[in-house]
Amino acid sequence: MSHSQATDKMMVELRDLNKWYGEFHVLKNINLEVKQGEKIVICGPSGSGKSTMIRCINHLEEHQKGDIIVNGIPLNEDIKNIEAIRKEVGMVFQHFNLFPHLTVLENCVLAPIWVKKMPRKQAEAEAMELLERVKIPDQALKYPGQLSGGQQQRVAIARSLCMNPDVMLFDEPTSALDPEMIKEVLDVMIELATEGMTMLCVTHEMGFAKTVADRVIFMDGGQIVEENEPHEFFNNPQHERTQLFLSQILQH
Amino acid sequence: MSSDISNSGHKPDGSAKQKAPPVSQPKFWNDPKKRSLLFQVLLLSILGFVFYTIIDNTLTNLEQRGITTGFDFLSREAGFGIAMSLIDYTEASSYGMTFIVGLLNTILIAVLGIIAATILGFILGVARLSDNWLVAKFSALYIEVFRNIPLLLQIFFWYYAVLRTLPQPRQSIEFFGSFINNRGFIFPAPVPEAGFGWVTFGFFAAIVASWLIARWARKRQELTGQQFPVALTTIGLIIGVPLVLFLFSGMPLGLDHPELKGFNFKGGITVIPELIALWLALSIYTAAFIAETVRAGILAVSHGQTEAATALGMSKAKTLRLIVIPQALRVVIPPLTSQYLNLTKNSSLATAIGYPDLVNVFAGTTLNQTGQAIEVISMTMAVYLALSLMTSFFMNWYNARIQLSER
Repeated sequence: MSHSQATDKMMVELRDLNKWYGEFHVLKNINLEVKQGEKIVICGPSGSGKSTMIRCINHLEEHQKGDIIVNGIPLNEDIKNIEAIRKEVGMVFQHFNLFPHLTVLENCVLAPIWVKKMPRKQAEAEAMELLERVKIPDQALKYPGQLSGGQQQRVAIARSLCMNPDVMLFDEPTSALDPEMIKEVLDVMIELATEGMTMLCVTHEMGFAKTVADRVIFMDGGQIVEENEPHEFFNNPQHERTQLFLSQILQH
Repeated sequence: MSSDISNSGHKPDGSAKQKAPPVSQPKFWNDPKKRSLLFQVLLLSILGFVFYTIIDNTLTNLEQRGITTGFDFLSREAGFGIAMSLIDYTEASSYGMTFIVGLLNTILIAVLGIIAATILGFILGVARLSDNWLVAKFSALYIEVFRNIPLLLQIFFWYYAVLRTLPQPRQSIEFFGSFINNRGFIFPAPVPEAGFGWVTFGFFAAIVASWLIARWARKRQELTGQQFPVALTTIGLIIGVPLVLFLFSGMPLGLDHPELKGFNFKGGITVIPELIALWLALSIYTAAFIAETVRAGILAVSHGQTEAATALGMSKAKTLRLIVIPQALRVVIPPLTSQYLNLTKNSSLATAIGYPDLVNVFAGTTLNQTGQAIEVISMTMAVYLALSLMTSFFMNWYNARIQLSER
């Protein structure tokens, strides 16, 4: 679309990606190229492999065949490469996964201090800046258990951003939230998108997809079935399965 | 509420309900509050009757047999020897002293056992969850074997099958001036000479220095982000500084070497086989239970926590140390306390192989010689109760301290 901020630099490349859970073939010949600044929304029925695919990108899941290249670094058995990729890739989970024994601020500064070896003062200052961006600086000294779901997810986003990633992966970030909290999280994600972050979002928030996505990807049965820019995707879906899926989620 | 229930039973139609009195009193045995009061009064009177009967019966029996009660016997001469004592004790010491000797021996085995079982248990618990097949299976095998064999049998195994089958003192296994035989483990006793004070000083100075370095390292990390190998430095200082001072001050430490005189060794320090057998059995047995507790604690931390830490680029070791263990400890501490209490109480099995613990010395020999069963048994029970309560108290305090950081 016209507002796309994508550059020519390739950020994430998946080539003939295949993955099996034992006998079960979860990902079948996935090919995907994401340029710097591009925003991709991935949707599809449950069990279609969309979460598994983005979890392969930072090696939370191991793939058996094919290549993954993140910002020029090939993801292979080399632990140095895996660590390097994880430093470039931030991830937000469905269930937030904040560390309950640490305060919001400590959650944010933990990785910068222990992984990037940043001075605590600097890490805290940067974390406070990000907490302000997600609009909860006043909760910095509370524990995750004291916050609402929406606030926790915004902390989780800030925590990932503290590592200054080049790519952000969102794994159904609003699925575990009460309806009235979804908007506050989506607002933060939209702001992040307008600032030019490369994003891969697994989500069923079609409004979000229409607003920010450069491309929408529909997956089913471990394959990418359809891939298009949002306007075409929603108004003129090509495949039968896509039409069925869209009719099911958009009928309300 | 109560009026509603009582009304609806008797008067199903709405018109009758209006005429009925608004609140009808239930019969007193149908009122939960009065009923619970009745049961408590009943229970209390039964307990009172039982205790009265026991005490009255005992006093009558004692009187009939002419046994005097009281704690006077504690100051009388004991007249028997004890195989191992942490304080000066001879046959001429009092029965009161046998109590102290037994108590100290019990505390010694409990403390040694708790330390060893905790270290071993934590290693085994983490090992059982290892990705390394061999390590995990070895740990599982260890736990299943030692958890499922009765403790008394394990004590017998270490004592009769391992330690008592060692050679006689004359055929002792010798290494570095120490000896192992069926009388125990005998090693040279260090005898400090003039100038050894420097080494002691160096040791404590190293502890202080390590503490200061740890503080400095934490501050520097906060300011610059640089990390410092604090643990390694601490070990180096605490071993290195006293060693250097020891060498420079001309090695002011004599050794009292054990020597074979007649049928046994004289000099040196002897660790009796009963202590070694009991310590091995208690530590190895309890470690198996602690390992399961630790495993449960680690498994109780959701997988999402590890994933989040991994996604942030943290290594496995740092994830374990900063994320998993602090959360697992909260689950681990209460059952760990139970294991400590079990170990302390199980140490009374010492009496089966003759380790001179409180039960063996005081509730055994002293009781037999004096016949003061009530006093001796109640003192012994009071000791175990006090030790257990102290352990619980400390562990609860520690637990509360780490729980507090949740919110």
